[in-house]
Amino acid sequence: MKRFAALIKRLDTTNKTNVKVNALAEYFKEVSDQDKVWTIALLSHRRPSRPINTTLLREYAAELARIELWLFEDSYHIVGDLAETIALVIPQTEKKEDEKSLTQYLEDMIWLKKQDEKVKKSYLQNEWKHLPYYERFVFTKLLTGGFRIGVSQKLMTRALAKATEIDEDILAYKLMGNWKPQTISFKELVLDEKASDYLSKPYPFYLAYALEEEPSDLGSPEEWYAEHKWDGIRAQLIKRNDEIFLWTRGEELVTDRYPEFQKIKDLIPNGTVFDGELLPMINDSIGSFYDLQKRIGRRTVSKSLLEKIPVILRTYDLLEFEEKDLRETAFAERRKKLSNIVNEIAHPTLGISEIITFKKWDDLKEIREEAREVKSEGLMLKRRDASYKIGRKKGDWWKWKLDPMSIDAVLTYAMRGHGRRSNLFTDYTFALWSENEHGERELVTFAKAYSGLTDKEFKAVDKFIKANTVERFGPVRSVVPELVFEIGFEAIAKSTRHKSGVATRFPRIIRWRKDKKIEEANSLEDLKELIQ
Amino acid sequence: MESPLLIFNDKGIYCPPADIYIDAWRPVKKCIISHGHSDHARYGHEYYLTHPRNEPIIKHRLGKINVETVEWGEKFKINGVTFSLHPAGHVIGSSQIRVEYKGEVWVFTGDYKLQNDGVCAPWEPIQCHSLITECTFGLPAFNWRPQHEVMTDINQWWKENQKEGKTSVIFGYTLGKAQRILKHLDPSIGKIHTHGAIENMTTVLRDLCEFPETNLITRETKKEELLGNIVIAPPSAHGSPWIRKMVPYETAAASGWMAFRGARRRRAMDRGFVLSDHCNWHELLTAINEFGAEKIICTHGYTDIFSKYLRSIGLDARTEKTQYEGETLETEKEAV
Repeated sequence: MKRFAALIKRLDTTNKTNVKVNALAEYFKEVSDQDKVWTIALLSHRRPSRPINTTLLREYAAELARIELWLFEDSYHIVGDLAETIALVIPQTEKKEDEKSLTQYLEDMIWLKKQDEKVKKSYLQNEWKHLPYYERFVFTKLLTGGFRIGVSQKLMTRALAKATEIDEDILAYKLMGNWKPQTISFKELVLDEKASDYLSKPYPFYLAYALEEEPSDLGSPEEWYAEHKWDGIRAQLIKRNDEIFLWTRGEELVTDRYPEFQKIKDLIPNGTVFDGELLPMINDSIGSFYDLQKRIGRRTVSKSLLEKIPVILRTYDLLEFEEKDLRETAFAERRKKLSNIVNEIAHPTLGISEIITFKKWDDLKEIREEAREVKSEGLMLKRRDASYKIGRKKGDWWKWKLDPMSIDAVLTYAMRGHGRRSNLFTDYTFALWSENEHGERELVTFAKAYSGLTDKEFKAVDKFIKANTVERFGPVRSVVPELVFEIGFEAIAKSTRHKSGVATRFPRIIRWRKDKKIEEANSLEDLKELIQ
Repeated sequence: MESPLLIFNDKGIYCPPADIYIDAWRPVKKCIISHGHSDHARYGHEYYLTHPRNEPIIKHRLGKINVETVEWGEKFKINGVTFSLHPAGHVIGSSQIRVEYKGEVWVFTGDYKLQNDGVCAPWEPIQCHSLITECTFGLPAFNWRPQHEVMTDINQWWKENQKEGKTSVIFGYTLGKAQRILKHLDPSIGKIHTHGAIENMTTVLRDLCEFPETNLITRETKKEELLGNIVIAPPSAHGSPWIRKMVPYETAAASGWMAFRGARRRRAMDRGFVLSDHCNWHELLTAINEFGAEKIICTHGYTDIFSKYLRSIGLDARTEKTQYEGETLETEKEAV
């Protein structure tokens, strides 16, 4: 654990990618194989599920620190991170004698989940009492969630490649899928070369960069295909050995959440992998992302929800066919095969993202302008002879999104940020004008946003908030309505969950409209007009 | 009802029967100054009263001013009100101010810490009825490690950077933190260089305390001279063109705020050393216990939370707004 805590500390104290890779590679060379497996698991979102809820965690920590719960909560709001708060308020009282490995701690956590509250409390308080500050923090982080130390799975894979001298792309492939750190050895996971294990494994997704220049800079239109960029969830549908597997881009296996795909299981030949977009269907046409959200979190889906919001896969690539990896063949060829097989299956749950034909780049511009009408976010440009690459790579795939919709809104509430921004008010709530039943204009909350300003602007807004607080509600402050911001968003839909009656997708601050008074901000009616 | 002995008005903390201010933030006739930081010792008063060790500091910062001094523990009377200064342990020459009138005793702590830093006279508790205390770090999340441990870490960090052929740049306040670090750096590791603002202040303080030798960085200083050595600079120098001369370098901040990971990252520091000239949570509580005050007024820092806590343990505590900043991560303090 000491070694793992030291690693986290090192990763946390540098912004330099190279230093992080080196620190991780060194770590991988030093620790036991079991600790390696657990470290890979932790850095690829495979932590064991929480053995304890955070309410109890706070109670136990406050009790051990001999402070009342309100004082713990107030401290947490200021520190901005639960594990860090716990580590800070509890003083180390007793020297630790034996040293447990990372693996032992994680095994403890799996064991702990099944224990009663009394056992949980005494286990946690005992560990907190004995661990020195930074280990206490890391230990608590293992209980509560993500580390936010700027180590992506890709960076971890690169470090592992460096330590083991195995090709990075091969490693990325090996580390995908449904393996469990409890039951797999480092040899099985990383070192062994076995084909049979790859049954459920998806291919690493090829991701596109946003196009920043004019498309005409990409060369001749004949070399390119265009398709709509759908606003759903990127996914791979796999059929191997009479089973199907559905993976999302976040490398989550979600087969069970979308039972509709079981219906087409027998129609897909073994050894087939599709790449496409999961989309919700409402009355036989594509719904909004807001509709899809009603399905995303559900692990078990009711029959009525399944009928109300069925989900389809709109395919746009074929990565494996007849058990052969097609990624190295040209995109045009993969598309041809894809279209044949989708036509043969001929089932509404498996659609295809049509190729948009265009002769001149200017034709495409017009199509892009109308993308919202077909519920797309813009266009994807793909080079016809391109292979299917790993991760985000420039050159062959580009996303050419529509400019966001935007509206001018008034800042009404603010909350402290997290992590790096924990001592600034950087999480904002915005409101638009609306007429209430008495015919008076009032500000109605419509979105939250916490990105889009420069550090300098955040500082200035923070200062304004601190000087213009009206009321405090725990961590949230209401502020004098005075500042106007242009808020951009990707899509908009009606919502029954939001007070405003509207849900926006990816709201973010585009700019601070210092030139506008609050009277000049937009109204909710203006916003609703954007719904198509 | 009679007015309290010390009141808070728009100019500062005021003692009506003596007609004198303490650490006023607007120009006044007569003002007692707790210590030399610019949020406590401001421009423009007609008459300053402070401890002799603070005199050269405020003269250095404020130029030609009218100062009188008084030793710690020495009682003096103004209009029947008895005043005395007592060590606050915050920075060199920092005092707490005791005010007594008709048997009632008030203490204004100014900024203070309980740990002996080896540079300034250590804090002393004073029995009082009413206490005006700072609470910059009045949250249970703040716990300082002993100074020698932190300084061992700082010297170790310097050695590691030296091994990698890098210059170590450490940021701390011009008055106080810079000298505290300097005092405990290990000169056997290498040379200690200073930024101009810090060199000037340290020169003033060399008459009051012994410090290791320092080398001022000037335009003529060559990059090679700095490699492997350590540089002490004010926080405002971080990200300025001045620091380019130090490439390749590692940066560190020494501040109580470095207890928070977010604070260090926001300042884009490579390292953060938790070292503060203010009381942490337990020190505040220890001090309040020793002051034995019945009434407590919290001025700057986490005043709401800290006073709420004091009330929860049965003390009569409230907050007052002042313009004192305590320890900040920003650079305003350095403007002077």
